[in-house]
Amino acid sequence: MLIKLTGGRIYDPAHNIDGRVMDIYVRDGRIVERPGDAETIDQEYDLRGKVVMAGAIDMHTHIGGGKVNIARLMLPEDHRASPAVHTDACRAGCGHAAPSTLTTGYRYAEMGYTAGFEPALSPVNARQSHLEMCDTPIIDKGGYAMIGSDDYFLRMLAAKQDQNAINDYVAWILHASQAIGIKVVNPGGINAFKFNQRALNLDEENIHYKVTPREVLQSLTRAVYELGIAHPLHVHGNNLGVPGNVETTLKTMGAVEGYPVHLTHIQFHSYGTEGDRKFSSGAAAVAEALNKHKNVSADVGQILFGQTVTASGDNMRQYANSGHGSPRKSVLMDIECDSGCGVVPFKYKDQNFVNALQWAIGLEIFLLTEDPWRIFLTTDHPNGAPFTSYPHLIRLLMDKGFRNDMFAKLNLDAQSMSTLTSIDREYSLYEIAIMTRAGAAKLVGLHDRGHLGIGAGADITVYTDNADREAMFAKPDYVFKDGQLVVRNGEVVKVTWGSTHTVKPEFDRGIEKDLKKYFDTYHTMNMENFKVSAAELEDDGRGHVIVQECKGRREKTA
Amino acid sequence: MTQSTNFPAGSIEAVAFPCEGLLSDDLLISRDADGNLSLQNSSCSKAAAFFERPRVASSPKIAGQPADLSSAIAKITELFGKSRHPLISGLATDVYGMRAVMNLAETAGATIDHMNSKSSMKNLLVMQNSGWYVTTLSEVKNRVDLLVVIGTDVVSYFPRFFERVIWNKEAMFTENTDAREVVYLGGRDINTEPGTSPSGRKPDVLPCDPDRIPEVLAALRAIISGKPFTATEVAGVATADLEKLAERLKAAKYSVIAWTGSALDFPHAELSIQTITGIVEHLNKTTRSAGLPLSGNDGDVTAYNVSTWISGYPFRSSYRRGYPDYDPYHYETSSLLKEGEVDVLIWINSFNPERLPPASKTPTVVIGHPAMQFEQPPEVFIPIAVPGLEASGAQFRSDSSVTLPLKKLRATELPTLGDVLSAIEAALKAA
Repeated sequence: MLIKLTGGRIYDPAHNIDGRVMDIYVRDGRIVERPGDAETIDQEYDLRGKVVMAGAIDMHTHIGGGKVNIARLMLPEDHRASPAVHTDACRAGCGHAAPSTLTTGYRYAEMGYTAGFEPALSPVNARQSHLEMCDTPIIDKGGYAMIGSDDYFLRMLAAKQDQNAINDYVAWILHASQAIGIKVVNPGGINAFKFNQRALNLDEENIHYKVTPREVLQSLTRAVYELGIAHPLHVHGNNLGVPGNVETTLKTMGAVEGYPVHLTHIQFHSYGTEGDRKFSSGAAAVAEALNKHKNVSADVGQILFGQTVTASGDNMRQYANSGHGSPRKSVLMDIECDSGCGVVPFKYKDQNFVNALQWAIGLEIFLLTEDPWRIFLTTDHPNGAPFTSYPHLIRLLMDKGFRNDMFAKLNLDAQSMSTLTSIDREYSLYEIAIMTRAGAAKLVGLHDRGHLGIGAGADITVYTDNADREAMFAKPDYVFKDGQLVVRNGEVVKVTWGSTHTVKPEFDRGIEKDLKKYFDTYHTMNMENFKVSAAELEDDGRGHVIVQECKGRREKTA
Repeated sequence: MTQSTNFPAGSIEAVAFPCEGLLSDDLLISRDADGNLSLQNSSCSKAAAFFERPRVASSPKIAGQPADLSSAIAKITELFGKSRHPLISGLATDVYGMRAVMNLAETAGATIDHMNSKSSMKNLLVMQNSGWYVTTLSEVKNRVDLLVVIGTDVVSYFPRFFERVIWNKEAMFTENTDAREVVYLGGRDINTEPGTSPSGRKPDVLPCDPDRIPEVLAALRAIISGKPFTATEVAGVATADLEKLAERLKAAKYSVIAWTGSALDFPHAELSIQTITGIVEHLNKTTRSAGLPLSGNDGDVTAYNVSTWISGYPFRSSYRRGYPDYDPYHYETSSLLKEGEVDVLIWINSFNPERLPPASKTPTVVIGHPAMQFEQPPEVFIPIAVPGLEASGAQFRSDSSVTLPLKKLRATELPTLGDVLSAIEAALKAA
């Protein structure tokens, strides 16, 4: 099957293509060279005047695993308002803040997204995460394995094991949990909470292990770098949501000593303590630091107003926030000497001072951070807002007038604390394509996605140019997934099953000797059963496991 | 029943017991050349009964008469095809089976419920109404210093609970596990022997009539919360004893309060569970404490998790409107059958042959364990491969945080639940 996409205006930042009119050819799911004149084009799409980008990639979205399913289970009242009825192409489902897996896949595809990455896959819960993601149709997916508060790792640090042993453990975790990256949440803090510590600053010791978050961050950023994993250590820092946490965030950037690091939902970590209410924007300082530290990237975790649900591994902070829940309920857990979780429904209100300022802080970070290759468009779905609000967020970034109109509706005290209206920047289509496609693929390590070059997977989204960017990005004309037309005019027309992206760095399997002893002594499951096999994901015909190459593996440092 | 060459005599390690909520996966099973299994390393009689059950030849039956699989599927398709409101209940299966259940339910506009939903629902209602702070088995194993169990011996439902997570020899954060304190609160004449420590230290027992557990829990919560409390006893439990327990809970570093929905067998037990979680909430203001809801037998935790990720709702939900609809009071198996609201029932029961479908006048189809026997033969019976015995699979544990792989331990000619339900669904779509 040879498909020709004719005459679209192409935005492909990976190849420095900024709106050039070009033809694209697709064969067997891949973008191919222009075929010889003798070859027959099986199908042609006339894209003259249309905007063409690679399929979008959400590099941080909670779409599968224990806490996501707890969020679904907890929110029947939210689902009731958003039923998804059975259609010719799609099965029924429901949900707005925490949609069912099927609905999640359909809605992402309908917005032109072709991949999403679960950022907090707890290794002990990896099987469930993957089972859910495998039931999420059309889009590709993957997970970042969450370590750093697990007792095995903290025992290693406490015992001053060398970096090589840490690297082997990190690699073992990636294999066992079929993950593509490593995440740390409130470094060491989830563990400290189990010992009744209520906060953990960057240089504060876990009372049991005598290990600090700084040590956790240093050993894990280095492990990820030395293993050659493309995605830098994905860090949800200490003190999420705490006024004044901008100091922690700035210190965290320095703590990693130049190793690559990704600071996630940085909006929630950019708060100062100025003003009458001791809550202020730290966006300018954070953006300035991001501009300066070339080894640091971030996604924003923008909040948008309305009902949502917060779901996090950070049960220390979620416990602290549980009183603010709306509706007032929360599920909190300590999990398997591995991690924790906290799920708290939340309703962000534009007339609430704190919420309104959070909204402005997120946008300030977007607009003050200069390099679109190092800042990413997320709402930390569903924590800041459901992913279905991305088109609205894109309009806020691309349309200053619209942004200022929205700003004018906010809580007045919050308005007086923000410099947002003084920022003139509007994101271009090219910059949107960087942050949602080329940059995201590069950051996650998807070598054949996020671009439209020869050999790339044919994940392609076609939009009608529209000055109303929200309308434009909400309803693409066409979405192709691996060369198949899956969405037409913003509606799913064909359901496919995407792949799961992983990395499998080499490591010394001798580590299993000690791990087996640890599992047999302290765990309630067998080490062999902890490991998730690719076959478990592929059974039931739910797509394939793809192993992305770990390029640039470094020599172990003694 | 000779085994294929893929399943020679031998032994298999790290086998999980698939239909018990603890999902203990430390079992060593030996297999002879005929596929007979024996449990080698555990005295758990429930597990032995499951794995060592003699194999029986079983085939599909229509109205009690042997039939081939395709005729049986055709008969079910006919029943479903003319049904206005089908019910798929039982749901004792694994993740892969539940995926097929959800697909068929969606296509057929069916309602779903689980055989253990009466007890599970008590917990789910609390999660949906107030939430809770809970923990998982390995955390208990390594951290608990004070265990309080409410109205149950635990071991009637989970025989290896104390062996696995309380009296384990080594723990990361408990120097001497023998020193762990166990308190049984509520219930009468329950077996508290498993709560005796390895060195012989007896647990504390504060008995009361099972239906008065709500009062005792409310009193304990009031005392812990510092509310004025003047009664000298509640349901036969001395206030002084409750005050002592409250002090112990406050002094503990990591207390765990465990219960099982089945044992709290009185109306609106969800309110008592909410009292327990309220106690935990209060304790967490100053120290660490967590609840431990014990469930997961017959795959109920699997069923509500898979249902929730696919439809948004746990069981007691329905696709009859063309989209998922949840009503924990309406979509309940026994009342739907009693009121004649459903016109066909598929009863799915993979694990325990004794769990028969509820007696009713509604035409009933059973898809289940090959050893199932019926006094009244159902319209159709299809025996299937049992997950974790004759089919690989995946199962959720009681604490919902761990999902374990299930192994295929021997060959079978029987189809999986997924095979059968997919065939029915395909036939319905073709009709």
